[in-house]
Amino acid sequence: MNEKLLEIKNLKTSFRIEDRYYAAVDDVSLTVNENEVLAIVGESGCGKSALAFSLMGLHNRAKIEGDVLFKGDDVTKYSAGQMNRLRGHEMSMIFQDPLTALNPLMRIGDQIGEVLLLHNKKLSNSKRKSKAVSLLERAGIARPEHVYEQFPHELSGGMRQRVVIAIAIANDPEVLIADEPTTALDATIQSQILDLLNELKEDMNAGIILITHDLGVVAEMADRVAVMYAGQIVEVADVHDLFGNPQHPYTRSLLSSVPNAESIDSKLHVIQGIVPSLKNLPREGCRFRSRIPWIDGAAHEENPRLHEIRPNHFVRCTCYKDFYFPDEEKGDQNHGIS
Amino acid sequence: MNHMWKFTVRRTLIMIPQLLLLSVLVFLMAQAMPGDALTGQINPDLDPQEMQEQREELGLNDPWHVKYADWITGALQGDLGQSFQFKMPASELIWNRMVNSFWLGVATLIITYLIAIPLGITSGRFNDSLLDSSITGYTYIGFATPIFIFALVMLWIFGYQLGWFPTSGSVAPGVESGGLEYVMSKIYHLLLPAISLGLITTVNTVQYLRSEIIDTKQRDFIITARAKGASESRVYNRHIFRNSLLPIAAFFGFEITGLIGGTVFVERIFGYPGMGDLFIESVLLRDYTVVTSVVLLFGLASILGALISDIILSLVDPRIRIK
Amino acid sequence: MAFLEVKDLKVHFPVKGGIFGRTVDHIKAVDGVSFSLEQGKTYGLVGESGSGKTTTGRAIIGLNKITAGKVSYDGHDITNIKKAGLDVRKEIQMIFQDPYSSLNPKKRVLDIIAEPLRNYEKLSKQEEKKRVQELVELVGLSPESIVKYPHQFSGGQRQRIGVARAIALKPKLIIADEPVSALDVSVQAQVLNFMEDIQEEMGLTYIFIGHDLGVIRHMCDDIGIMYKGRYVEEGTVEDIFNNPQHIYTKRLVAAIPDINPENRKGLINYRHEIQREYEQFYDDYFGDDGLAYSLKPISDTHLVALPEKG
Repeated sequence: MNEKLLEIKNLKTSFRIEDRYYAAVDDVSLTVNENEVLAIVGESGCGKSALAFSLMGLHNRAKIEGDVLFKGDDVTKYSAGQMNRLRGHEMSMIFQDPLTALNPLMRIGDQIGEVLLLHNKKLSNSKRKSKAVSLLERAGIARPEHVYEQFPHELSGGMRQRVVIAIAIANDPEVLIADEPTTALDATIQSQILDLLNELKEDMNAGIILITHDLGVVAEMADRVAVMYAGQIVEVADVHDLFGNPQHPYTRSLLSSVPNAESIDSKLHVIQGIVPSLKNLPREGCRFRSRIPWIDGAAHEENPRLHEIRPNHFVRCTCYKDFYFPDEEKGDQNHGIS
Repeated sequence: MNHMWKFTVRRTLIMIPQLLLLSVLVFLMAQAMPGDALTGQINPDLDPQEMQEQREELGLNDPWHVKYADWITGALQGDLGQSFQFKMPASELIWNRMVNSFWLGVATLIITYLIAIPLGITSGRFNDSLLDSSITGYTYIGFATPIFIFALVMLWIFGYQLGWFPTSGSVAPGVESGGLEYVMSKIYHLLLPAISLGLITTVNTVQYLRSEIIDTKQRDFIITARAKGASESRVYNRHIFRNSLLPIAAFFGFEITGLIGGTVFVERIFGYPGMGDLFIESVLLRDYTVVTSVVLLFGLASILGALISDIILSLVDPRIRIK
Repeated sequence: MAFLEVKDLKVHFPVKGGIFGRTVDHIKAVDGVSFSLEQGKTYGLVGESGSGKTTTGRAIIGLNKITAGKVSYDGHDITNIKKAGLDVRKEIQMIFQDPYSSLNPKKRVLDIIAEPLRNYEKLSKQEEKKRVQELVELVGLSPESIVKYPHQFSGGQRQRIGVARAIALKPKLIIADEPVSALDVSVQAQVLNFMEDIQEEMGLTYIFIGHDLGVIRHMCDDIGIMYKGRYVEEGTVEDIFNNPQHIYTKRLVAAIPDINPENRKGLINYRHEIQREYEQFYDDYFGDDGLAYSLKPISDTHLVALPEKG
């Protein structure tokens, strides 16, 4: 059995809008194990990035409640100094947009050197350089010595993402959070970066949290998947279970809205209505209820919670039991124009 | 680095048409003024017929481009013409003043940055705090206060009421040129005008630096730096300030341009014998040769300022440097 | 005669350099592209960033200056679209990628959608409002939306406003430049379905520019694959997805993520195999200058940029 690295317990991250706090991440509990990729999937505004930033303590002005246990230690109680020793060392992060994630005025070598130096003050200059070069090499960069001297704008998007990854893995983190690591990249570059992450996972033995909206990326990378909607986890399962036997209406809807080889001659499924904004999130009852109005109201739970419907497969609310797609019954349905 | 040179050469070459245009404009402006070089020098009782002949002889009836060519050739050789009023070469008259103005400019710039950098950094780092509000409050007052009124108030309080500073001149009378006493006296004289001017002109830089820092704070690479485990102070010193100060450095050249307007008033009010003071004096005395020469030099300084800015920017920003 | 025919299209951008900023070189963004499409069909233009697909689309509608080549639409020469007649110009419209930046935030929806109407048709205020309301309803927004501003809408709704603007003049050809790549999956489905619906209703022809091969496969009838300003392969959806011939197309198709995790291992192995092939045979598929060869037919519908002797 793999060791538990990160235990997130009832995490709630709230932002202030006009004198009131609204929870963008609402009562999220998850665990991340060694040598495992946990994907957190959802659409924009579901709170997945806010969750990632909370774990790293990167929010500037947010109220964070609940616990984040890293190997049993609650990091939400950490002082700024303790947090700095954790970040970039035991826990590190890869960002979405490699074009903006690097300091435009610093050489690549210095940007990697910085993270090495921050967590090992005694590292000599020459050792730092050789370590940085070997990290670039490990991140799949040809001519690492040359790139070491370059500035970010001299590199392509894919190369810059490799540099961002080199920074993230510099100190052999135990937990690596990848926030939409391939969204900004071309398809062939995307598959190369995913390949790299898979390789790194193998030899780092780390726990990887992969934040993405791309179900294809999830299917290729994840061991376990958590689906987020409106700040909450609505379904958690093993990747094979989730794609093979999805239960929550949101998961099922999302999967059937992706174009694939079978969808060519048919219409894609469209989820009715729109994703509610943070201020307008329904806070009571099933949050997905308004998006599936044809489902009988009695099917929803009053206080939806995660049910373990099979070992390690959790689904929020009871509405999944009665869910069907509108066209499954009536055969024809307009495609959810709001 | 090869590209760097190309850029500098190209940028310098661009100056040539700018300078040409400037000189033509200044020359035409001088031509448009009533009277000419003869008006003040000639005995008014002279026969108009004779006067006409003299004019012809001096080339004053030539078409404008011929006169321009004469003038610009002279100016390039350092001959800016005769001052009507002081009956001496304008260049001689201007030289001493230029040195004084130069030192006043340097002192003002030092004061400007001494104020702007700490205030801008504090204001930008702690934006929307009470401290920031006070600093931006100061900058708004600075924007709204006309320099000539502020300079008068400063002169009245610190010069006349408190008597801490001299009230006119650039050096105490009777102090021998050269030696420490002379230098100290010079510094003492330019301190109050420089502080007065600096306090007002710095608000631009404070505001610019503040918004530059607020902008940089929200950039993605700052989050990367935090995610590396960099402490707040390191994030600010290594990433935010460095990246925000570079545009300020590039702003330096334009600062020079901005100073020119200010010195005109300040030198006049403090009776400081610089170019600005000379400018107003010669306008009042209708000493057109001097006026045009001063305007030409001011224009030259502005163009050089822009050049310096561009070169600094290309030096400090790798995105431009390498391209 | 084809509905739209693009012949040997070239779009070159000058590169300035030297002390005097003279043109020292050209970026050949589009370098000899030819294709034709039939009315009522959707033609996919695919490639990665820098392939020239967007430039091609923009050149057809006159947003990028054409360096050489010929574009004819419905029998009219529109190579210089400014010289083409008004009625031709209004029949070709464009949908842009980013619904957040392509709509003027200071204008009401009414003014945004009415803008092409005002340029091409003289309508009274009353008629104009009626037309806009019809359009807004057609794209599935409520009639009251016309007095709102873009920021009051979600991304999918904004993209539909962009579509309403594009179809205001009852065009026949729409060039859609990555119309869904800025949108979430569920919103993307909305816009794609909707584009299919109006295509049926209005008999539209699309040029669909994209990099997401899943979306392209779903939407298109024929596909052209671009690389560095040139075509590497052209064919029907079946040709490209089931029988890719050019090494670049193979690599692109292999990179499509599969939504079934059971295929993971196989897909990764396949991808590695293709990558090895790509590295090994790259020189065979591309000329000395790293550019693709000219297209050669291998069937009635399928063209591939294969080397001269082989």
